[in-house]
Amino acid sequence: MLHKRLTPYMFLAPALILFLWFTAYPIVASLILSFQKLEGGKYVFAGLANYTRLFQDSVFYEALKNTFIFLIVQVPIMLILALILASALNSKLLKLRGLFRVGFFMPAVTSLVAYAILFSIMLQDTGLLNQFLALFGIDNIKWLSHPFWAKFSIIMAMTWRWTGYNMVIYLAAMQNIPEELYEAASLDGAGKVKQFLNITVPQLKPVILFTAIISTISTLQLFDEPYNLTNGGPADATLTLGLYIYRVGFSYFDFGYASAMAYIIVVIVAILSIIQLKVAGDD
Amino acid sequence: MEHTNKKPSQLISKILLYFSLCVFLFISIFPFYWMFVGSTNHTSKMFTNPPTLTFGDQFMTNLTNLNESIGIFRVLFNSLFVSLTFVILSLLVCTFAAYALSKFKFKGRNTIFLVFVLSMMIPYQATLIPLFRMMTEFNLLNTYFALIAPQLCFPFAIFLMRQNFLAFPDSLIESSRIDGAGEFRIFWSVVLPSMKPALAATSIYLFMMQWNNFMWPLVAVNSPEMYTFPVALSSLIGISMIDYGQIMVGISIATVPIIIFFLLLQRHFIAGMLGSAVKG
Repeated sequence: MLHKRLTPYMFLAPALILFLWFTAYPIVASLILSFQKLEGGKYVFAGLANYTRLFQDSVFYEALKNTFIFLIVQVPIMLILALILASALNSKLLKLRGLFRVGFFMPAVTSLVAYAILFSIMLQDTGLLNQFLALFGIDNIKWLSHPFWAKFSIIMAMTWRWTGYNMVIYLAAMQNIPEELYEAASLDGAGKVKQFLNITVPQLKPVILFTAIISTISTLQLFDEPYNLTNGGPADATLTLGLYIYRVGFSYFDFGYASAMAYIIVVIVAILSIIQLKVAGDD
Repeated sequence: MEHTNKKPSQLISKILLYFSLCVFLFISIFPFYWMFVGSTNHTSKMFTNPPTLTFGDQFMTNLTNLNESIGIFRVLFNSLFVSLTFVILSLLVCTFAAYALSKFKFKGRNTIFLVFVLSMMIPYQATLIPLFRMMTEFNLLNTYFALIAPQLCFPFAIFLMRQNFLAFPDSLIESSRIDGAGEFRIFWSVVLPSMKPALAATSIYLFMMQWNNFMWPLVAVNSPEMYTFPVALSSLIGISMIDYGQIMVGISIATVPIIIFFLLLQRHFIAGMLGSAVKG
């Protein structure tokens, strides 16, 4: 029955061919490229040259630092906010739950480019947000041209875009927490905050881990927002690894160096994912 | 908690809850409103004090200007054509693969699935440059092929469809085999019809991915007539004299269809974007 044994491979063939061609090959090719250098119009083996160069490149450190600031500040703020909103919306007593859910999720369906451009207009010196703050007597803030506020702006924009998305994930997972747990806690006299910390959070642990890993991976690749909001500026204050790779690769056409940097991200993603899994595994 | 003061404190916390939820709702939705307002006003109105919050009559002017800058119909066509073709082909490829990985036992099954799943962890930047060189070498830059082909085997879609196939009873497949139906026929007329909700959710996910895709089209395409919508929009903010009115029309056009689509199909939409996380 050769024919029968071949069936699954026939179903798999298109995916496998495309995968090898457009995913597996480029992953390997870029690893090889990261050990190569352009010399006389040809790529030649250069050992660890690209990697050692990275460790002396102050712009790379800046990009690495910025990326980690976004990661360490934005991801926890967003996930905690999403968790709080989800648990507020999970209450059966709340009216208009559907409206809130749809409203909070709406930013997550917009195009990254469109929302980044929209925020860049709102955050101009004489833009909407400063006009609004002026009503409260707050002076013009240089949202996009001051190093601190530029980072703040990106964090604010990302939080706007993604909180509702994570909230809906939590909301869906909360439907699986048995109602009896809350009832029992209520009888024992535990307040809402205690119930949230001792029942909701532990019960959602696997889902929180899932969102943390997804957010970590996407923050390490952050590109669309800094490209369209600040273009990495002012003075590289919002330059991310993703943006620096694009710059090195497609403005300077230094493919070997850009590939080495891409592999630094691969390694960081792997390390952080393992740490997150380990932390969640230890009960 | 004592019974006597339970009621007033509950009322206060309820008011606080609704108040803060409404603040968040306002923050979520207001930028959309302001975007529409902006698209109907002249650029100068976007930076007035106090802010302009009412609709104007400049929409057609802004749209005309936008069309002159980026050729709106051409780039919209590009985006729609690329996204729809991508959804159909990718759905086909990924559904086939997911079916094989969930309903057949064969050598290498677990390894292949593991490799697909692990590849989701590889950042996009790690494949970007070899893909670009490949397209350059074969003279495929600025083609629909370059925009569509690289992501067709989309591991997350395989993952989503596999979850759904796993729930399909094997006995139905077995009995169709006994009835003498061919494997492809079983897939097409026995299994697939019951997968409509999963297919809908997955195609929405794939469509969103491709419609909003930015980094790869930015690299793969450099002639303005092959720009996809996000690339064309982004090109508008690079020029020195920025006309915000036309940009607002542009981002409104990028957003409105998706919002309408979302409001109509929000259950499928959310299921599609969250995938198996929902079942967590």
